Amino acid sequence: MSRNKSNVGMVLRQKGSSVLAAILCILIGLAVGLIALFIINPEHAWDQGFMRIIQGGFYDFPYGVGRTLTNSAPLIMTGLSVAFAFKTGLFNIGAAGQYTLGAFGALYCALILHLPWYLCLLASALFGAVWGAIPGIFKAYLNINEVITSIMFNWIGLYMVNEIVYARGTGAMYDVKSTRTWKLVDTSPESVIPSAGMSELFHTPSTTIAIFLAIAAAVLIWVILEKTTFGYELKAVGLNKNAARYAGINEKKNIILSMTIAGALAGFGAGLLYLSGGAEWNPLNTTTLPAMGFNGIATALLAASHPIGTIFSSVFISHITVGGSFLPTRYFPPEIADLISGIIIYLCAFAMLFRGVIGRMLHADKDISDANAEPAPQAGKEAK
Amino acid sequence: MLLLVKYTLLYGIVLMLVALGGMFSEHSGVINIALEGIMVIGGLGGVLAVALLPNTMPPLLIVLISIAVAAVSGMVYSLLLAFASIHLKADQTIGGTALNMLATALAIILAKNFNGSTSSKIDYTNNAFLFSIGGLELSVFVPLGIVLLIISYIVMYKTRFGLRLRACGEHPQAADSVGINVYKMRYSGVLISGFLGGIGGLAYIIPSVQTWNFEVGVAGTGFLALAVMIFGQWKPVHIFGAAMFFAVFKSLANIADATVLSQLGWSSNIYNMMPFIASMVILAFTSKNSMAPKAEGIPYDKGSR
Repeated sequence: MSRNKSNVGMVLRQKGSSVLAAILCILIGLAVGLIALFIINPEHAWDQGFMRIIQGGFYDFPYGVGRTLTNSAPLIMTGLSVAFAFKTGLFNIGAAGQYTLGAFGALYCALILHLPWYLCLLASALFGAVWGAIPGIFKAYLNINEVITSIMFNWIGLYMVNEIVYARGTGAMYDVKSTRTWKLVDTSPESVIPSAGMSELFHTPSTTIAIFLAIAAAVLIWVILEKTTFGYELKAVGLNKNAARYAGINEKKNIILSMTIAGALAGFGAGLLYLSGGAEWNPLNTTTLPAMGFNGIATALLAASHPIGTIFSSVFISHITVGGSFLPTRYFPPEIADLISGIIIYLCAFAMLFRGVIGRMLHADKDISDANAEPAPQAGKEAK
Repeated sequence: MLLLVKYTLLYGIVLMLVALGGMFSEHSGVINIALEGIMVIGGLGGVLAVALLPNTMPPLLIVLISIAVAAVSGMVYSLLLAFASIHLKADQTIGGTALNMLATALAIILAKNFNGSTSSKIDYTNNAFLFSIGGLELSVFVPLGIVLLIISYIVMYKTRFGLRLRACGEHPQAADSVGINVYKMRYSGVLISGFLGGIGGLAYIIPSVQTWNFEVGVAGTGFLALAVMIFGQWKPVHIFGAAMFFAVFKSLANIADATVLSQLGWSSNIYNMMPFIASMVILAFTSKNSMAPKAEGIPYDKGSR
């Protein structure tokens, strides 16, 4: 592909086109959001609609920014979970279920056992890991598609957790008055993740050091993937299972480990949210899985599965979601933000294509002809 | 008991319709995770049609128009999946997941906009859809579902189209070599799944209540239908059986608290969990000789061998 260009140049070029592709996805997503706003209420679409989404948390500084940070922490973790599995060639659609189990683990240790926060976090990761390992085992030993297994176990997990927490209204973790689990701050203050003054700084009840823990986890995952033999093996399995086996890598072990770690990451994310003291589990909600798990897919795709990139994409997604919640409900539904992130993932599904197109535009290698050239003109227009 | 039969039939038909949709899509070679989203959009289209049509209209016309609207909305939405996964060769599971997320957001926005308020609930009257035989109140979707099941069976196994469709899911290169247009067949497969999924969405929403909050979407029924399809091993008649089997559990969950079953002390969560566990067990046992179409999930590229 690259004649007379060094290897380093090629890597940079790939990274550059990944970032550009992500920005392109975001721009198209925002454009569609803007169109939707104009259709719903053209009068207020720009200043009270679009600008508020763009401003995100900054619309209500510092409270809004605090909320963005609170939401970013678990989102980074679910994003990492999906991204990590992607590296091993697995699509972890089960992050929502692992997140559910993680929430249960954290809340159980906090509300029943009154353990300190770091042990609760550990428990959340452990519970998530178990729920991630199951699809991994099914995939490794029975060759059943992890997507199907994960979807099934998402729902099994949701019903199971709700059953244990609710227990027909008698559950020890269940507060009948609020129809949620007990408030952590009242019941078990030692289980709340320390805020280190951030709650006061941002005037929110629940901004903690969780965001730093999530960033640390992202760096750790990056190191594992890029700097260790284990990470190399995982990626080898993801790139070509048969070649990896031929090279002496135990691909079954790697698939299970990859899903286990992905599950632990998602579960840890739930711990970060529910141990921050700002959210309680609602066991009566039996119809929807936690959106955090699916938004993790969005952030992972947007970051092209790069652990560090996941930090930025997660902060961005939670930025516009918080922005959406500041929309004046008289004119606009806050779900506009979900619409935008949905469109972004849809575009990410064929982001590879964008990447190819952008790469070619950047370094007009005229002699490369492309079999999938149809969408090129359209994508080209958007880029300019 | 009558209540159990009623719920089972109503819910089973929904699962069967959507699972049949998934079957057509997968036999053409496209994994359709987006069934849930297609149901939401189809259901929204149909419900809006029912709410907008004047009550003075003959009931039959209301039923026909709203079902048609639901089917068309489902098809239009499924086109997004078809376009991404067939033309742009996108990852089908990711595209489908995106469409599921998009569907709920879109439905809430449209419903709120329709109401002109912050409520995403839409009220409608469902009298036109209901009839009763000997005390058993059913919806028009039950006979319609049976008819569609028979048609699906015939199309899949007794027509040239069905044979070609299945060929595209098993070995698209071979199909192409004998002059079958793989892209066209895959588009047909996905569109049929949109058609059936859209009707399924309406069938899920309409019969039981007179108002629907689109914030709950269709509560995971699309995913359950996916399980039904696997449980039914991608075959129409088996899918019918699997759908009814799943529906019994779902109905037990619905009536668990109100009847003698409550003495067992099992809550609805446990009944809800069972079909998923059952399909995992079946999957585990049948994994060695799965009936899944061989080429599903792989974008077709004319150049590859």
